[in-house]
Amino acid sequence: MIEFRAVTKRFEDGTIAVDELDLAVEAGTITVFVGPSGCGKTTSLRMVNRMIDPTSGTILVDGKDVLSVDPPTLRRGIGYVIQQAGLFPHRTVLDNVATVPLLSGWDRRKARTRAAELLEIVGLDPAFGKRYPAQLSGGQQQRVGVARALAADPPVLLMDEPFSAVDPVVREDLQNELLRLQAELDKTIVFVTHDIDEALKLGERVAVFQTGGHLAQYARPTELLAAPANDFVASFVGRDRGYRTLTFLHADVPVRPVATAKLGERVVVDDWTLVVDSENRPRGWLSGVDGEVEVREQDLVSGGSLYDGSTLRGALDAALSSPSALGVAVDESGAVIGVVQADDVISALAKARAAGEVPK
Amino acid sequence: MTWIFENWDRFWEVTEVHLRLSAVPVLIGFVLSIPLGWLASRSATARAILFPVANILFTIPSIALIVITPVLIGAKILDEINVIVPLVIYTIALMVRSVADALASVPGHVTAAANAMGYRPLRRFLTVDFPLALPVTIAGLRVATVSNISMVSVGALVGLGGYGQLFTEGYQTDNSAKVFAGLIGTVVLAVLADGLLLLLGRVLTPWARTGR
Amino acid sequence: MGGWLFDPAHWSGPTGVPVRLLEHLGYTLVTLLIAAVIAVPLGAFVGHTGKGGFVVVGLSNALRALPTTAVLILVVLWAGLGDFPVYVALVLLAIPPIMAGTYAGIRAVDPVAVDAARGVGMRESGVLLQVEIPNALPLIYGGFRGAALQVVATATIAAYTGAGGLGRLVFDGLALQEFGQMLAGAVLVALLAVLVDLGFAGLQRLTVSPGLRPVGTGGKR
Repeated sequence: MIEFRAVTKRFEDGTIAVDELDLAVEAGTITVFVGPSGCGKTTSLRMVNRMIDPTSGTILVDGKDVLSVDPPTLRRGIGYVIQQAGLFPHRTVLDNVATVPLLSGWDRRKARTRAAELLEIVGLDPAFGKRYPAQLSGGQQQRVGVARALAADPPVLLMDEPFSAVDPVVREDLQNELLRLQAELDKTIVFVTHDIDEALKLGERVAVFQTGGHLAQYARPTELLAAPANDFVASFVGRDRGYRTLTFLHADVPVRPVATAKLGERVVVDDWTLVVDSENRPRGWLSGVDGEVEVREQDLVSGGSLYDGSTLRGALDAALSSPSALGVAVDESGAVIGVVQADDVISALAKARAAGEVPK
Repeated sequence: MTWIFENWDRFWEVTEVHLRLSAVPVLIGFVLSIPLGWLASRSATARAILFPVANILFTIPSIALIVITPVLIGAKILDEINVIVPLVIYTIALMVRSVADALASVPGHVTAAANAMGYRPLRRFLTVDFPLALPVTIAGLRVATVSNISMVSVGALVGLGGYGQLFTEGYQTDNSAKVFAGLIGTVVLAVLADGLLLLLGRVLTPWARTGR
Repeated sequence: MGGWLFDPAHWSGPTGVPVRLLEHLGYTLVTLLIAAVIAVPLGAFVGHTGKGGFVVVGLSNALRALPTTAVLILVVLWAGLGDFPVYVALVLLAIPPIMAGTYAGIRAVDPVAVDAARGVGMRESGVLLQVEIPNALPLIYGGFRGAALQVVATATIAAYTGAGGLGRLVFDGLALQEFGQMLAGAVLVALLAVLVDLGFAGLQRLTVSPGLRPVGTGGKR
């Protein structure tokens, strides 16, 4: 869908921002450009919608050379989301989202209706439409930015570090929203970030750039983790790449039964007992005491993270962070199904290796 | 230009008057604006009263104030005080905001540290807050001074002295060289005063000069 | 002053108060219009392209040092009496604050929003007219208010060289030693200046997007 052919960008002062880039972005995927500052990832992105023009080489979008189209027309067919959103402070949220349709000549009412639909799609209450950007939080502004980029239903979406300026909790929300959106909309998305975890989480294909504008490796996340192309990629992906690989593995980890008790009950506690509420959701742990005791709130030890059955990483983390070394496994409603142990996770990993599931 | 050299005595005479009529209001106005600006930086109510009043006063044309003043304070129309009072008012109107902003710009953690070390309020104000507020204050003072220097000439229209007299005399005798001389005098005075204040600011704030 | 002001004779005829008031307003509004036509496009162009800003700011600063009385008198000595020289002087004095305000306003627009505007496909003219200028309005209004102040004040002084307007009351009063008249003129000028400023403030409130007001004045987070 997007092709870079020997694209080079040299600035007036001589710095080479992008060096002979050859890369093809598949339609309908999320491709992430990642790398340290000055590696050319943002420059490469901005050449797709001609915010910057290449010094040499060709960029094709849907088979057409971008240089053959005049920039404003090109940009109206490509969604563009940037850090800090870049919303127009003097327009309401609704009018911000309706920008591109209005530019393209849509009828005003039609544009506004579409804008309202999009606010819902990105998870905002349509009542936000009447507000002004200054009245929104950072995360909300970003959602509006995404809505604005999607308004004219472009096939391609360019995102330049869109989630870097918000706090980690909000960022995780936005990342999950993006994945959900993509599942529904199936756009071709090019996403730039300097955060390797974000890249591995979001990208179906990840392009790692090195300082000086070189493309070091372009592969699926699991390949990057298991087989980094050079030392730079290996160190960029980080020391935890073995641990990170667990995020991509879904193997069966046996869930064992656990003794549970509710608040106020009188029980005999042998080793560790998991205390749950009336809906069977975990509240905390009670450690071994002699004889029978009444279960009280103040005696509880807080538990660790919860394993929702998805990845090995979740299972291992649940087991490691639990005070009892037993990771609590829950179902979709949050009710306890049982516990998992760290040893079982390692065995599951070994089985997956033996079965060839872990890429070489 | 040649007019200046040919009539040096006269030129110097009006320069002295002009200097006096601009320097005195700036000094008085500045001193008076310090407590007012301090008040405004501390209290939102003070700010809500002082700033709008300052704005209104600043909006009134200087000629109007120069005419109204003698009536209000019972002076004769040719008294110099008729120019000094309006200019003091303008200086205060301008500087109150400057001083307030300047004091507000002193980092909170610095004043907190000073308090924690045992500074008493007045001493802290004089030796910590005020010096740190100098850069912004002096910037405002430069604007006030330059404005004052140019506004003094309006006084000549009702008969008072300074470079304005060269303007009025030049007008009455169709002598544009004289007017021009007065103009040059005013501008040179303004540039010198501005430069002097700039220099003063640099001298008084050696910590701001250390580059990184 | 009360005596002079409330004498009905002074309110009628070609030299009456209403006539002078209208003359003064006329000078002010016409000057601001002409100055706006010249200064706003210039300031916007310099602000949008970023070139020449130093000149704009420098000019505006230099103007503060220039005694308006001298400018007025020089223009009159050069161009003769009548209204034309007055307008020339007034327009010359009104251009720098309006130009500086427009320039500053456009420079102050969030560059990220401008980048986004280009990114969604606006042409340069669109970026300027639909994004930069609306967001620059508060500072542009600031420039206009400063200019209006200058013009009202200088128009008063222009009466010294024979122009009309409320300044006439002041200088005629001076010549006739009629202090009541002088005072009436001064007070009316002061009132006019304040009203013109309030008028602009009101216009600003009406025409500037509510999204540009500081957060906390009528919005929820």
